[in-house]
Amino acid sequence: MDHKGEQITVIRPIGRWEVLNIRQILAFRDLLLALGVRDIKLRYRQTALGVAWVLLQPLVASVILGFVFNIVAKLEAPNGLPYFLFSYAGMLGWNAFAGTLSKASGSLVQNTALVSKVFFPKTIVPISSMFATLLDFAVALLLLFILLPIFGVGFGWQIVLVPVWLALLLMTSLGLGLYSSALMVTYRDVQYLLPVFIQLLFYASPVAYALDNVPAKFQWVIAANPLTGVLEGMRWSLLGTPPPNPLALGYSVVASLFMFVLGALLFGRAERKFADVI
Amino acid sequence: MLSNDVAIQARGVSKSYRITHEQRATTIGESFIKKLKSPLSKTEVETFWAVKDVDFDIKQGDVVGIIGRNGAGKSTLLKILSRITAPTLGEIKIRGRVGSLLEVGTGFHPELTGRENIFLNGAILGMSRKEIEARFDQIVDFSGVEKFLDTPVKRYSSGMYVRLAFSVAAHLDPEVMIVDEVLAVGDSEFQKKCLSRMQAAASDGRTVIFVSHNMQTVSQLCKTTIFLQSGQIRHIGPTEETINQYVAMQSEALTEVNPDTRRGTGDYRIYSPYLPKTTIQSGDPLHVQFRVEHKKGHVPFFNVTYHICDEHGSIVIHGDSRLNQFGLSHKPVQWVEIDVAGVNLKPGTYRIDLMLHIEGFIDVYEYAGRFDVSPVLPTRLAVSDFGYQYGQVIAETNWQASDNDPSQNQGISQ
Repeated sequence: MDHKGEQITVIRPIGRWEVLNIRQILAFRDLLLALGVRDIKLRYRQTALGVAWVLLQPLVASVILGFVFNIVAKLEAPNGLPYFLFSYAGMLGWNAFAGTLSKASGSLVQNTALVSKVFFPKTIVPISSMFATLLDFAVALLLLFILLPIFGVGFGWQIVLVPVWLALLLMTSLGLGLYSSALMVTYRDVQYLLPVFIQLLFYASPVAYALDNVPAKFQWVIAANPLTGVLEGMRWSLLGTPPPNPLALGYSVVASLFMFVLGALLFGRAERKFADVI
Repeated sequence: MLSNDVAIQARGVSKSYRITHEQRATTIGESFIKKLKSPLSKTEVETFWAVKDVDFDIKQGDVVGIIGRNGAGKSTLLKILSRITAPTLGEIKIRGRVGSLLEVGTGFHPELTGRENIFLNGAILGMSRKEIEARFDQIVDFSGVEKFLDTPVKRYSSGMYVRLAFSVAAHLDPEVMIVDEVLAVGDSEFQKKCLSRMQAAASDGRTVIFVSHNMQTVSQLCKTTIFLQSGQIRHIGPTEETINQYVAMQSEALTEVNPDTRRGTGDYRIYSPYLPKTTIQSGDPLHVQFRVEHKKGHVPFFNVTYHICDEHGSIVIHGDSRLNQFGLSHKPVQWVEIDVAGVNLKPGTYRIDLMLHIEGFIDVYEYAGRFDVSPVLPTRLAVSDFGYQYGQVIAETNWQASDNDPSQNQGISQ
């Protein structure tokens, strides 16, 4: 037999701070895709409305937010925008964040069989839960592009920055998701704690309101939330609302990078124990 | 460096688990309360070596069996070889791609169709989409489920499910194939197919590692066999030689557990349990003997119970001396013999637990003995595991088929 070019796998103890192995993840990109496709395919199987849910969910949520904040609480959207569009654009970014985080956090525990029976970089499991969110985002964005002319709102150049905001949101949520999924392997408490955290964060984020709506003495609370800059940026890109202030934006960018790296590090540290603990 | 004809080289491979003697905290609350109660004390941790100092070289194209009792470290070694868990110490070098089949159908999703599952499972096993596409027809052919390819696998029979799952795995075509008793599933015809597939892989120059409890399959398939005991290699060599060693070891006496650490009041204790025959065939009688010594207190009369437990620890037979109006009376020393008439146990490894009791336990001797039931059925027809996949015991059964309704036999005819 000819051994030229044959790979040699070396199995040895894992170091304490083994970081995400990008090369390994790339080697398993087909699996990453297959898991993502599986999640998307499964999501609306055996539902009567099927894919229509992708559209219905953000629409219904925005209508409810509109009722509570606009009609009940008399909150107005800036620049005379229809409040419905304002909250819809806010939900677009928020859902990308919250959807990825909640799906990623439970992913390892839900795929116990995979984690304990097959070899592959385990990071793939939480990362793959991003695809379903991406699809949701794309569909909801498309719907927004249809809604904008109907409401008579034009596009600005800043629309090209949408992918940047999305990437920042996904980095933050994946960082948190990686860490919480690893934590959930040992402590199932996370699955009860996380929804509460996400809900809290929702009200602490400028989704249903703008940062300017917040009384000045409380603005620092909302500004401390690293999502604030990105969510405001997303809405600025989509609707031309006032742009986020550069300082807040810088803070958001640094924070989301930090969250991602920290999540990846902590995940890598926990990864070697998964098969033994789960 | 890995010499040219070696496919797998293991040096000093060890894996330890930490056993905490308290219940492990599984919620943050528990772990927090524990810290609060005793902030300085460290929980007592014992290190358990599931695999220790394992060295071996496996040649390219060899089919290697791994045998040993439950808990000998077979599964841990397999998990290390397939990189599911990392070793604590040591190093393994493997030449070429590793495909491991620790369980067929891992990652199969019941809601997805057969076709979708082939792609998903293939990706999980490490195949690229192109590779799966290229082998798709072969996989479907081999499994024989082409009619149901677009049906969700939750509607499959368990046989179909397993056949499809194995087919995907069998077409992985890795240089090194790690297989864990997957042959215990499927009908005998499909098993033959799987065996020949593994043999074909070996004659192609691929290396196969096969773990099984079934000595028959191991001797049929493997050239070399490794015998693991308590995490260490007890013997490595030609299959026949290793199996002989394994069988010889079965009859060795088990080490006695310190009586003082056992459960029960300890008024009387069991010593030197002994099984003259530790390998029996299904249907053979079983003989157990042991000594009972008086330690303290005074109980005029007490009972004996034995449990025969299978490998999963579930009690297959519960024999209480009260059922036979038998009991032991107080004596400083006495010898007890138990004869269990022929039982049609399924092939496998069993353990015996012995208990002395009267309104509560006096002594509980777990693992007082072990024996194996060799895989020859009373009928001597079924040589595969399929015949005894389900159920706890085997019953001698007569089968009859007739064109007439037997309930009307004695009645009016014509």
